[in-house]
Amino acid sequence: MSYAGFKTLFPKSDLIGFAVLAFILVVVLPLGVDIFRLNLIGKYLTYAFVAVGLVLCWGSGGILSLGQGVFFGVGGYAMAMFLKLEASSPENTAIQSTPGIPDFMDWNQITELPWFWQPFHSLTFTVLAIIIVPSIFAYIIGVAMFKRRVGGVYFAIITQAVAAIMTILVIGQQGYTGGVNGITDLRTLHGWDIRTDEAKYVFYFLCVFLLFVCLAVAQFVRKSKLGRLLVAMREMEDRVRFSGYDVSNFKIFVFCLGSAFAAIGGAMFTLQVGFMSPTLVGIVPSIEMVIFCAVGGRLSILGAVYGALVVNWAKTTLSESFPELWLFAMGALFIAVVMAFPNGLAGLYSKYCEPFIKKKYNSIRANRKGDVVAKGATHEQQ
Amino acid sequence: MSSSNTDFVLAVEGLTVSFDGFKAVNDLSFYVDKNEIRVIVGPNGAGKTTVLDLICGRTKSTEGSIKFRNRELTKMKEHQIVRAGVGRKFQTPSIYGDLSVFENLEISFPRGRSVFGALVFKRDAEVLNRVDEVADMIFLKDLLHTRADLLSHGQKQWLEIGMLLIQDPELLMLDEPVAGMSVAERRKTAELLRRITKDRSVIVIEHDMQFVAEIADKVTVLHQGKILAEGTAEDVKKDEKVIEVYLGH
Repeated sequence: MSYAGFKTLFPKSDLIGFAVLAFILVVVLPLGVDIFRLNLIGKYLTYAFVAVGLVLCWGSGGILSLGQGVFFGVGGYAMAMFLKLEASSPENTAIQSTPGIPDFMDWNQITELPWFWQPFHSLTFTVLAIIIVPSIFAYIIGVAMFKRRVGGVYFAIITQAVAAIMTILVIGQQGYTGGVNGITDLRTLHGWDIRTDEAKYVFYFLCVFLLFVCLAVAQFVRKSKLGRLLVAMREMEDRVRFSGYDVSNFKIFVFCLGSAFAAIGGAMFTLQVGFMSPTLVGIVPSIEMVIFCAVGGRLSILGAVYGALVVNWAKTTLSESFPELWLFAMGALFIAVVMAFPNGLAGLYSKYCEPFIKKKYNSIRANRKGDVVAKGATHEQQ
Repeated sequence: MSSSNTDFVLAVEGLTVSFDGFKAVNDLSFYVDKNEIRVIVGPNGAGKTTVLDLICGRTKSTEGSIKFRNRELTKMKEHQIVRAGVGRKFQTPSIYGDLSVFENLEISFPRGRSVFGALVFKRDAEVLNRVDEVADMIFLKDLLHTRADLLSHGQKQWLEIGMLLIQDPELLMLDEPVAGMSVAERRKTAELLRRITKDRSVIVIEHDMQFVAEIADKVTVLHQGKILAEGTAEDVKKDEKVIEVYLGH
């Protein structure tokens, strides 16, 4: 990419924002907290993937999806299926009546590995499936909804229904999915133990790296004409349509992209936390993900990352000491955000902090210039 | 339904649309010539806006045919109709308030209209020149980097006209382009319209009869979804039926 192209993609203020976030995630946090807390932060970051996708869909495009947990879940389950198969080698499962299949299948009197589990023996297939399966799923939902011009609240309700259906399906098909317990007891990845501290460090940094890949993709989309079209569609959909664009295609695209982000997050969740269960797929987690995005600022991709971190940190801290209180606190938080600062943390930052920093920066620069001029003057006198 | 080919830019024949039995447009036929400026007038509820909605595909017709350069529009999707060369301005200014004037015009520039095209779209010299040229025409050259939300009502109307101009449509449809404008803005708009209507056919919906007389080649008077009269502005003004239902005594 040319230098000019890079400058339009990352204007100075955005570049600083990216750098600060990278510094916090790569340097400050790994040095500042122990591996237990760092692993938790890695878990929070997996939600940031979803929140970044929501910034594109909801913040830019005005498409509110209350079913992102579904895609998070699909990614997470795909990863978990691979790991579970590896953990269920015939040696490990010798005591089962059918050795070589996951334990929960054995408990459910299933004697053969189902066909859709077969390809998950391959890591390559799994990695591709993590991105492609949710994208196809989102594409189907997108075509069904957006081509019929279902939007706004109706779309939100339907995605929520999809999340509910997905949970019921996963819980109901216990023999194939592990039911309400989910897929647990994951051990190794190609023989490498994923439960050690070393693995946790590796996954944390992998998670941060992938998050930045997603952030860069999101930034590229937002800075392209497509990004401006999304904003235009949010404001005046008919005008975009009557400017010669097939509006539904753009909505489908951004919805698929958001879903792929969510799925990558889900896969990283499975790797770092070591299990996947329907409690991460349903309505409540899907709405929580929207709250992360709203608190961080639904117009800012970096804000969404901070939103996911802050809200989850608050959730952990609060529910450690007052487990009953958390849901109320979260509800209150959401109401507060919507009422008092609709653009979230990012909005607060650009309203209060940014002007202050700019002023400081400018005054420092002005001082320096003044020094240079003064020095020049004394120089000439000599 | 006629399938004959015509020399007209737009041939509307037997067009009917009914909403739950109410016929908003009833067996309507009219033809627009190349480079003609046609004004549609009529009392409220006569079906003027509905006619434009039908032509640009926003409303689907129940019966009849609309042919634009001998292409049947009634079966086409909105964006296909636009790409065929029909531009439509809405009654209330429809612009993207959160984007700058420049971005508003840029989005309307007819290139990169697919998902992939929009991702790789580049602001090259062609785009910049065209945006500059159009911005100059619509009196917004100094406001290119202003958020469109901050424009005055009249400027918003001009911006939307500019967004159509940049597409260079062969048929331009304007729904009350001077509604809500000050006298000075009205004069400027009339001048703008005269300039942009060269080399293209235009359909305008307008109430102001003085303005109509100023710009129209031909006037069509609609009443209850049907044509009441058609002719030059002078003819129509003298028509007794028109005086009775529309112009008043």
